[in-house]
Amino acid sequence: MAIINALQIVSVTDPGRVRGHNEDCVESRPEIGIVVLADGMGGYNAGEVASGMATSLIAAGLANGWVKPLLKGKNREQVSAYSQELLKAEVAKANHAIFEASQKDPQCAGMGTTLVACLFYDNFLTVGHIGDSRLYRMRQDALEQVTRDHSLLQEQIDSGLISKEDARSSHNKNLVTRAVGIDPEVETEVNSYEVLEGDIYLLCSDGLNDMIEDEEIQMTLIALRSNLDLTAQQLVQAANDAGGRDNISVMLIKVVSGFGVERGFWARVKSWF
Amino acid sequence: MAKLILSVDGTVLKEISLNKERTTLGRKPHNDIQVDNLAVSGEHAAIITILNDSFIEDLNSTNGTLVNGKPIKKHFLQNNDVIEVGKHKLKYFNDAPVQASEQDFEKTMIIRKAPAQSAMSNPAPAPVSAPIVTPAASPAAPHAASMADTQTNMKPLVMPAAPVAPAAQVAAMGQPGAKEAAIQVLSGAAAGRSLDLTKNLTTIGKPGVQVAVITRRPNGFFITHVEGANFPTINGKQLGGQAQQLADHDLIEIAGVKMEFFYKP
Repeated sequence: MAIINALQIVSVTDPGRVRGHNEDCVESRPEIGIVVLADGMGGYNAGEVASGMATSLIAAGLANGWVKPLLKGKNREQVSAYSQELLKAEVAKANHAIFEASQKDPQCAGMGTTLVACLFYDNFLTVGHIGDSRLYRMRQDALEQVTRDHSLLQEQIDSGLISKEDARSSHNKNLVTRAVGIDPEVETEVNSYEVLEGDIYLLCSDGLNDMIEDEEIQMTLIALRSNLDLTAQQLVQAANDAGGRDNISVMLIKVVSGFGVERGFWARVKSWF
Repeated sequence: MAKLILSVDGTVLKEISLNKERTTLGRKPHNDIQVDNLAVSGEHAAIITILNDSFIEDLNSTNGTLVNGKPIKKHFLQNNDVIEVGKHKLKYFNDAPVQASEQDFEKTMIIRKAPAQSAMSNPAPAPVSAPIVTPAASPAAPHAASMADTQTNMKPLVMPAAPVAPAAQVAAMGQPGAKEAAIQVLSGAAAGRSLDLTKNLTTIGKPGVQVAVITRRPNGFFITHVEGANFPTINGKQLGGQAQQLADHDLIEIAGVKMEFFYKP
């Protein structure tokens, strides 16, 4: 099935209840299965500049590189490998652009952004992330965090210094160890995963997962999954009801049907008509 | 900045600021906090401070370390925790959060690693690319590449963290004395049954046919249509696309079943 019909995509971004402006940015290209979310940081309006540049540059860059002639003749593994390279290359370009801008404009000095970007194709997805914006997957009724934050707290958890439960009351929640645009180069963590019909993917900024527990996210996805718009609104509302201390962004992608790509002789014959 | 108040039998001996990444506690003179008492081991415990958080770790002391009366090996210190070694007590104070202004609330910041070059008690300088907390060291005692070497690209260097309360707690606080509510089924096969609305979300109706959700929020209970061509009615009036707040004794009709919403006495 064509990707635009196979995936249902909903995005909501909200300033929350404390911040005056929204430094989060979301962008999607449903026709090619691309979603991008960024959570900017930096003084004045620089955070918005950084997240806005990241989402638009990366979405456009991926769209340019994700066209038939470039995918032609590649098998599934090769396409998957290509998607990873493309994602890394586009993030590197966006990183460079944001870094340059921050060097030139004193108002933008030190700006940066977290990032999570997904590309869906042929029943798989490739995700790239930097910082503490997350990708979750709900398969059947189980919610799983797919990405691991690049944050001080995550490193503390990994090293056994602090337990996951204690981490909730840490004072160091807001420190990320990687971000787009703060250095000339950035390392993107990229992975590919199989996608199944019925999966629901959630991209979010830390304004969601810092305010509400994973259990509540899971409960909401289970209870309201038949209405994806409502699910996204409910998640944002729950984060606001819990204090809404940061900007909240939520992107939900529901896999309505498989989106395998036909290959081989018949696919080629069909494509002539 | 976090600090410890050392006391014995209720007499305060001294105050120690936790301004080092690693503060040691023991009987021997080289410790940062020396407690000259035979119940205390030569190297008894260490307090590791990473920005605004501190952890205490017992260094296999003979008589152990207690926090709030419980023996610990390693513990994430919370404001007002009381550490006991022998007869000595150390009370932990961390009031940093209160100083945060509303504006500065938990802004996400980048923290970077600089080459570990300070001579401070850093046993093995971590390579530049190493994670800040080096898992390679014994996991129980991640001395962490000296936090003194980390820097943020923004000011202030260490953002005073906002008063962080676990999300669940905040949610609970958001509804002081929030009233409990329930729905009672009035018609159909389940007539007479009642359902307490204890969860933040309760779905009602028939999946695939007509479903609505009742959300519990700090300011009351709200009903929203979820799925189905027909919308539920409240007191005979059809629910719109938006959420509607429920009032005591509202009559809900969904998927052919009547039910009543009520606040519990």
